[in-house]
Amino acid sequence: MLRYLLNKIALLIPTLVGITICAFAFVRLLPGDPILAMAGEHGVAPARYEELKQQFGYNLPIWEQYARYVGEVATGDFGVSISSKRPVLEEFKTLFPATLELSFFAMIFAMVIGIPAGIFAAVKRGSWFDQSLMGTALVGYSMPIFWWGLLLIIFFSGYLGWTPVSGRIGLQFFFKPITGFMTIDSLLHGKWDAFRSALSHLVLPAIVLGTIPLAVIARQTRSAMLEVLGEDYVRTARAKGLSGARVIGVHALRNALIPVVTTIGLQVGTLLAGAILTETIFAWPGIGKWMVDSIFKRDYVVVQSGLLLIALIVMAVNLIVDVLYAVINPRIRAA
Amino acid sequence: MKKTMTFAAALLAASVLSGMASAKTLVYCSEASPANFDPGTTTGGNDFDASSRTVYSRLVEFKHGGTEIEPGLADKWEISDDGLVYTFHLHPGVKFQTTDYFKPTRDLNADDVVFSFDRQFNKQNPWNGDKYLPNLTWDYYTGMDMPKYVAKWEKVDDLTVKLTLTEPNAPMLANLGMDFASIVSKEYADQLEKDGKMADFSTKPIGTGPFQFVDYQLDAVIRYAANPDYFKGKEKIDDLVFAITPDATARIQKVLAGECDVAPYPNPADIATIKANKDVTLMDQAGLNIGYMSYNTTIPPLDKPEVRHALNQAIDREALIKSLFQDAGATPAENLIPPTMWSWDKDVKTDAYNPDEAKKVLEAAGLKEIQLWASDRVRPYNPNFQRAAELIQADWAKVGVKATIVNYEWTKYREEGKKKDRPGAFQIGWTGDNGDPDNFFATLFACSAIGVSNYSSWCDKDFEDLIQKAKKTSDQAERTKLYEQAQVIFAKQAPAFLLAHSQVYAVVRNNVSGFKMDPLGIHRFDGVDKAE
Repeated sequence: MLRYLLNKIALLIPTLVGITICAFAFVRLLPGDPILAMAGEHGVAPARYEELKQQFGYNLPIWEQYARYVGEVATGDFGVSISSKRPVLEEFKTLFPATLELSFFAMIFAMVIGIPAGIFAAVKRGSWFDQSLMGTALVGYSMPIFWWGLLLIIFFSGYLGWTPVSGRIGLQFFFKPITGFMTIDSLLHGKWDAFRSALSHLVLPAIVLGTIPLAVIARQTRSAMLEVLGEDYVRTARAKGLSGARVIGVHALRNALIPVVTTIGLQVGTLLAGAILTETIFAWPGIGKWMVDSIFKRDYVVVQSGLLLIALIVMAVNLIVDVLYAVINPRIRAA
Repeated sequence: MKKTMTFAAALLAASVLSGMASAKTLVYCSEASPANFDPGTTTGGNDFDASSRTVYSRLVEFKHGGTEIEPGLADKWEISDDGLVYTFHLHPGVKFQTTDYFKPTRDLNADDVVFSFDRQFNKQNPWNGDKYLPNLTWDYYTGMDMPKYVAKWEKVDDLTVKLTLTEPNAPMLANLGMDFASIVSKEYADQLEKDGKMADFSTKPIGTGPFQFVDYQLDAVIRYAANPDYFKGKEKIDDLVFAITPDATARIQKVLAGECDVAPYPNPADIATIKANKDVTLMDQAGLNIGYMSYNTTIPPLDKPEVRHALNQAIDREALIKSLFQDAGATPAENLIPPTMWSWDKDVKTDAYNPDEAKKVLEAAGLKEIQLWASDRVRPYNPNFQRAAELIQADWAKVGVKATIVNYEWTKYREEGKKKDRPGAFQIGWTGDNGDPDNFFATLFACSAIGVSNYSSWCDKDFEDLIQKAKKTSDQAERTKLYEQAQVIFAKQAPAFLLAHSQVYAVVRNNVSGFKMDPLGIHRFDGVDKAE
């Protein structure tokens, strides 16, 4: 097992180097000179331009800029935002709980609906429910998040007035953050109405962010379930005279869930990518909105380090999933 | 970082929770998070809304909703006859805001004023460089050429400050009303320096403005309370909240749902919905900007004014504006400066659409081909350079001129475009900084701006004399006359095709009173009230 783990970690190193190169190259491949982009119509006097280039280190050869950047990152220094002048890591830590909270609820939404729907579709294979579910899942998977989010806002918040339009909590609630998770902090402060407000603000963004994972999970559950239902031991269980519900719920589902757990883990990347759009639409103060703001502000330091931090998280989660998978399924370890 | 709940914040929370009736709260759905709260170091309109226009005041102020200058922290001022020395007399007894992180022990005085400017250029000042914040650039101070014009700031006595210039420069007064010229507290700066917490100066602001800072939850909510000691009188609203909402459609839905009271910049597509709603009002105004297209006036046959007029006449401007701006609309530009700016001459008109006349002149001049420049960037004064180029190309084809569209990425575009020998017609525009006509005429068409921002390479002696004289004259009535004459010459010489001043919008709930559109593109909440 240790050997397996070390193998996996060793594989991460080239990935990590690749990511630093990508993040570094990405901001430099964007059209436009960062200093001129900052200046706008005003332009910059040539002398001042040179001065600023030096100040930001853009006058150095590109390999030296990269070496400097990697050196800084290796010591945990992710740089200082060009626009806010705050350390990037500090902003990340402040904002990440919001993204995590939203992703958590989106995942709950996706699992609570996706897994039962997938099971049901598999059991009733070929029925109208199965076909319409698979059709809907395909639509959900292809749904443009931006359009879907605005549609829900206009209908549920604008037309029906059931949910708040955007934000994380009602503006009248104002308390000191403890964990950074609004639902937990409101309870820690003993404010039930604030907790309700935080939950109601989570409904629409969680649905929007959870839609694609929901589609993936439903499809994955269905196919895993179908495979398992055809196995000998399921037939044996049925032959023993067990009830249908017991065969499906205990014998089939336990085994079918193994690939589903992996899928859920791998959806983390999808969630973080989706968070960029979802948070922008719902004014959700997380890292997705932060990245978009920074791109608009041409804050290259934040974009570069933010990409790297997000990539690190996705890599860490994938590693955990790999390990969990090996724990659940011993055959993998030998391979 | 923002984790300390302040005493004032506790008060605010308590008052809010104990019932909304006691405190009047106005919610503004702002479009982006502020970079920080020190207006000397930032450049965005949203940064200024959140700092300089709420927390701070300046020596002079722009009239609410206009570009005229009126007294601010300075009750009055004198300008020496040679235009070199400005003496400001400060309003006595102005108090800096008292919060849980700072308790002022003295009133505002000349030291604060001198410090506010000194920190922006004096490299010896500890607040000028990395000791305060990393990579400071003081963009507006240098962008407005302050280092070139300012010789020195001096304290005469506690309530008198003297500014000496290197050469006469009438727009200086307007510069001092700009956001970067906000007056900060030297006492607060000294205290933070002593405590080794200099960075707090940009995150926990202290000013003399109408509202005081309470709390900022990064990227989400900014809270302010009315400044009880505000020298122009306490505001009618008790609490001001900025709910940061970047998506335009979500912002408008929030106003319609009553989750916020004021929101800027709706999507053009939502304008019909807003107009149809009886709870809100759509406010609009021609922005302090101009979209135009510069002809290189040094390359024949574009050196002849009649050829430039003919090219202007060949363009169906009304159709062009409609196609570019759609439902958002725009005010067709008759002058380089927008109608909201003082000295705008209502009698001056630009070329009317007349393709037949244009064809005759252009045939006679032998103009068959021309370069037409376009870039990829959306600008407030021109949402789509490429589409504009295609429409103008079609119009010119009708009068026998074949236009070739030249494309570059935005920064490269401006680099290439400003070269003296750049051929053809170059689409560009400008958004004003300080509401002074000099900021348009001299910045864009002075002889000295050739190769910098005079994309027409146009140097007309009469025009130049007028704008230079206006720059050195302190009397506004006299300056107005000079600029009016300059506009007449500009219309006659036509160094550029004038497109439009884009429209700026805000959506306001009907129970809000006193909110005004501002030509400078800022959003101010002093003087605003809300009926419950």
